[in-house]
Amino acid sequence: MTKTCLIVDDSRVVRKVARRIVEDLGFACEEAENGKLALESCEKSMPSAVLLDWNMPVMDGIEFLRRLRDMKEGKSPAVIFCTVENTAGRVRQALEAGASEYIMKPFDGEIIQSKFRLAGLIE
Amino acid sequence: MRTPDFDIYKDLLRERSGLFLTPDKSALLEARLSPVARKWGFESLEAMTAALKENPDPHLIIRIVEAMATPDSSFFRDGRPFDYFRETILPRLMDSRKKERALNIWCAAAASGQEPYSLALILKELEEGPLAGWEIRILATDISTETLQQAGQGVYSQFEMQRGLPIRFLLNHFTQEGEKWRLHDDIRRMVEYRYFNLLDSMTDMGKFDAVFCRNVLTLFEDTRKKDVLERLALQIEPGGFLALGTSENADTLPGLFTPCPGQPGLYIRS
Repeated sequence: MTKTCLIVDDSRVVRKVARRIVEDLGFACEEAENGKLALESCEKSMPSAVLLDWNMPVMDGIEFLRRLRDMKEGKSPAVIFCTVENTAGRVRQALEAGASEYIMKPFDGEIIQSKFRLAGLIE
Repeated sequence: MRTPDFDIYKDLLRERSGLFLTPDKSALLEARLSPVARKWGFESLEAMTAALKENPDPHLIIRIVEAMATPDSSFFRDGRPFDYFRETILPRLMDSRKKERALNIWCAAAASGQEPYSLALILKELEEGPLAGWEIRILATDISTETLQQAGQGVYSQFEMQRGLPIRFLLNHFTQEGEKWRLHDDIRRMVEYRYFNLLDSMTDMGKFDAVFCRNVLTLFEDTRKKDVLERLALQIEPGGFLALGTSENADTLPGLFTPCPGQPGLYIRS
């Protein structure tokens, strides 16, 4: 079965760049521009992975993650933060909320690949 | 790069470090040496080449060799060799060394330190369990003194921190200092750094249970590579472990090294 990744970021440019990288890793991608739309997407179809920005309007990444983990089936996706938030405090907060891995922007293809591997999403 | 210029570097590197540049490495040469030219105040790589022809400054030559001989590095590079070491090799070594309760590991092309520190992080986690009370030595050597100095400090950029390092290790073993991250002293002190050229005699290095020599022999010509591997074999205990890069092999020496099944570049000393 094709693995799926939901890319959540309020920047269309970031979503486009990330999407191309993640598709090259063999994932079918969906996009959402904030946490609320991302939750709706997960209700329709739970992805294998979520690449998640922190700071977004309407609902931010950390709130999305907490709500996701409370959903039925919501424990299953690997969630990888991808954000400019780069302090140890933020990283700890993310892991406590149930994040699997954490990317500090700026990122490149190699970093995304490395983090997907660490999250057990690819070989 | 023009062929006569390329040949100057080719000869120089072969003589000083055993590196053997084939013409397809021209782009790599330019990418690694352009920063050296800038650092030394040359207008361009061509200007540095011209100066070398005129007056081969030994200090500049050392920097050139260092720039070419130092592999790109990342934490837990390629992932699987480190998983395999932890899950399969380490339990075997711990069994065969349970009397001595000592492990000796050598990273023979340590570059900027990510490889020895990755091993230190793995071993540190076991120190509170099955490796409690064991004497663990990680020797890390490289041909570049500049890189060794940097490695010994254990300070990495945000970009370097994200290549291969699991986030829980970042959180548990590093402290943020502005844009950089500093490895904690308890891990840093597990690694001993020393200058070493793989062409030099290894007989004084002692014996090791595991040797990591990854992504450096790929640039050596075949006879040199074989020579280094033969000499490395003498420093590895029977049943010990050799890790080469995932695109490298020791297939020319089947009597000395047995491949680990399904694990490219990984061998057991016969």
